[in-house]
Amino acid sequence: MPFGNTHNNFKLNYTVDDEFPDLSKHNNHMAKVLTKELYGKMRDKQTPSGYTLDDVIQTGVDNPGHPFIMTVGCVAGDEESYEVFKDLLDPVISDRHGGYKPTDKHKTDLNFENLKGGDDLDPNYVLSSRVRTGRSLKGYTLPPHNSRGERRAIEKLSIEALTSLDGEFKGKYYPLKSMTDAEQEQLINDHFLFDKPVSPLLTCAGMARDWPDGRGIWHNDNKTFLVWVNEEDHLRVISMQKGGNMREVFRRFCVGLQKIEEIFKKHNHGFMWNEHLGYILTCPSNLGTGLRGGVHVKLPKLSTHPKFEEILTRLRLQKRGTGGVDTASVGGVFDISNADRLGSSEVEQVQLVVDGVKLMVEMEKKLEKGEAIDSMIPAQK
Amino acid sequence: MSENIEELSEKMAKLTVKRLSAEEEYPDLSQCNNHMAKVLTLSMYQELRRRATPNGFTIDDVIQTGVDNPGHPFIMTVGAVAGDEETFEVFKELLDIVIQDRHGGYKPTDKHKTDLNADNLKGGDDLDPNYVLSSRVRTGRSIRGFCLPPHCSRGERRAVEKLSIEALDALTGDLKGKYYALKNMTEAEQQQLIDDHFLFDKPVSPLLLASGMARDWPDARGIWHNDNKTFLVWVNEEDHLRVISMQKGGNMKEVFTRFCTGLTKIESLFKERGRDFMWNDHLGYILTCPSNLGTGLRAGVHVKLPNMSKHAKFEEILKRLRLQKRGTGGVDTAAVGGVFDISNADRLGFSEVELVQMVVDGVKLLVEMEKKLEKGQPIDDLMPAQK
Repeated sequence: MPFGNTHNNFKLNYTVDDEFPDLSKHNNHMAKVLTKELYGKMRDKQTPSGYTLDDVIQTGVDNPGHPFIMTVGCVAGDEESYEVFKDLLDPVISDRHGGYKPTDKHKTDLNFENLKGGDDLDPNYVLSSRVRTGRSLKGYTLPPHNSRGERRAIEKLSIEALTSLDGEFKGKYYPLKSMTDAEQEQLINDHFLFDKPVSPLLTCAGMARDWPDGRGIWHNDNKTFLVWVNEEDHLRVISMQKGGNMREVFRRFCVGLQKIEEIFKKHNHGFMWNEHLGYILTCPSNLGTGLRGGVHVKLPKLSTHPKFEEILTRLRLQKRGTGGVDTASVGGVFDISNADRLGSSEVEQVQLVVDGVKLMVEMEKKLEKGEAIDSMIPAQK
Repeated sequence: MSENIEELSEKMAKLTVKRLSAEEEYPDLSQCNNHMAKVLTLSMYQELRRRATPNGFTIDDVIQTGVDNPGHPFIMTVGAVAGDEETFEVFKELLDIVIQDRHGGYKPTDKHKTDLNADNLKGGDDLDPNYVLSSRVRTGRSIRGFCLPPHCSRGERRAVEKLSIEALDALTGDLKGKYYALKNMTEAEQQQLIDDHFLFDKPVSPLLLASGMARDWPDARGIWHNDNKTFLVWVNEEDHLRVISMQKGGNMKEVFTRFCTGLTKIESLFKERGRDFMWNDHLGYILTCPSNLGTGLRAGVHVKLPNMSKHAKFEEILKRLRLQKRGTGGVDTAAVGGVFDISNADRLGFSEVELVQMVVDGVKLLVEMEKKLEKGQPIDDLMPAQK
């Protein structure tokens, strides 16, 4: 791939000192972990598909990060990256995922019936509910490293799997490269369209190569189940709807995911998964469930309360603006979602969102009436 | 291709992991309008993917920038880059035709002449400074034995920087100067370099980014200039070295003389350290972009041509003189206040002296025409023949 590491061996003619990146101004997980010794130890290795240490870290070298936002600074090029470059990625994973150890086991639970409640979040406050995750197809390399042929094969398989869905999941695929103007306009209005990545975090890792070849958007006729093909991961799967019925959103999410998985399995390209890291995705931050379950919720009073951040931390939730990551909230409406990805199951994470949001809406109502909320402050989950 | 390169190429190609078949991997070039897209057929791709340069640069590496940047209906970009000196040999079948299309029919058997003897330039010291505001000559150089910016490792880039600093620090007289590494520039130095119009920044053009030239920025990148601020070298931007000679006014002869003297001096300083510039008698100086092969030279002036530029025959005249116009911000900018950047259109197949001569003679003529038009006189009898 044209990111300097097509073949690793000739670089070994230069010393570790010559090649070790200057990480002195860097603030990302990779930079905090990668010492010269570690670099020296791993630099002659590569995965079976030819992914090297320099490939893994390029995005983190090129993007020093932000004093306040801790980015990951490394990506996987294939399933084996997490094994071959364990000595870097295990500590990065541990730092990013709350001390998750190399010996820990991750539990997957996509049985929506295990979720308690979640169908009665007050729609006067909870404007919309959404659950997303990613999936990688076994046997193909990941977006930073894959070739056009692989990407197209992933697209072809995905179209096959998705167009076989029926009932509430019946839908249509829109390839980015042959979209009509009308289709594009509609997808933008539905807030479904994804565009060529502009974030240098993604472009430096090579994920935008050959754009828009092999990329597309599939959604069901009801516009409640959406799949992105070949953006930052092989698949991004999203279930969403207006209002506070997170239970229904999660049901559709689990059922849809399991239906698709069956079809990929039949073609010997099931999802990348192992019992330590759960679902394998491009960015180490999305390992485990890869799940972000969230709501857009009106919390104008609670959000200005001095204990707001503390409450979120204890509930294991995070806030974002309604434009998504890195945006500000508008009109007191926040995007509240689970903070964790790895070490807890899908059901557990959505449960945290459901219970946490329910509590915060109650707090909001109390504050509206001018009452105190001290007695409601939760314990650390 | 030589037997040695062929053998090595196949060996390297085997080490580079293959994916699916050529048909499955062949890029969709249907929306592309660049030189590479016009040339690369499926069967050519099929053949070239069996090879790799000794440093592991592959056909996919060569063409990535052209695949990612379909081009513009009016501007014909190249769509391919070299990752090392051997790229031009290993991927000849593609690049010879790209070079031919880009450089006016230059054939694989043609020889390129290098002439950096400024004494061979006739005139050029008397362009009217009322019209010619500034004069500038730039070129690029690659250091043999290192990979080029799309492919080089951090270690190589740092080695290029180290060697360059050593060579440049040895310059004396009016070439004596100082190096400013991008990564530890002070605020004051940065401001000064911006004010002098010397500072280059991390590339934002997707043409460059897609080929990997901005990796590890700003590691091992820097700017060197002489105390007089008339000779400037960029280290590790789009090429290993970009060398620029410039000054206010119309004395192109002086600018070119300093250019040749400086370049020749730098070359001998590198040679003293066991390093040559990449060059051969077919492609001249080897640079990252095929459009810069040969001399890699762009010699130009900022010249006031408010009347001339509105004349119906302006484009035709430029073409006949083998010149091109740009706005004063450089490529892809518009002219401001009737001031144009006029420079040589060619790079390969003509020597440095020949190209600068065309600029000198051509600009002299354009200024004469401008003066005539100012007086309301026609310029028909001044129309040049095709050079």
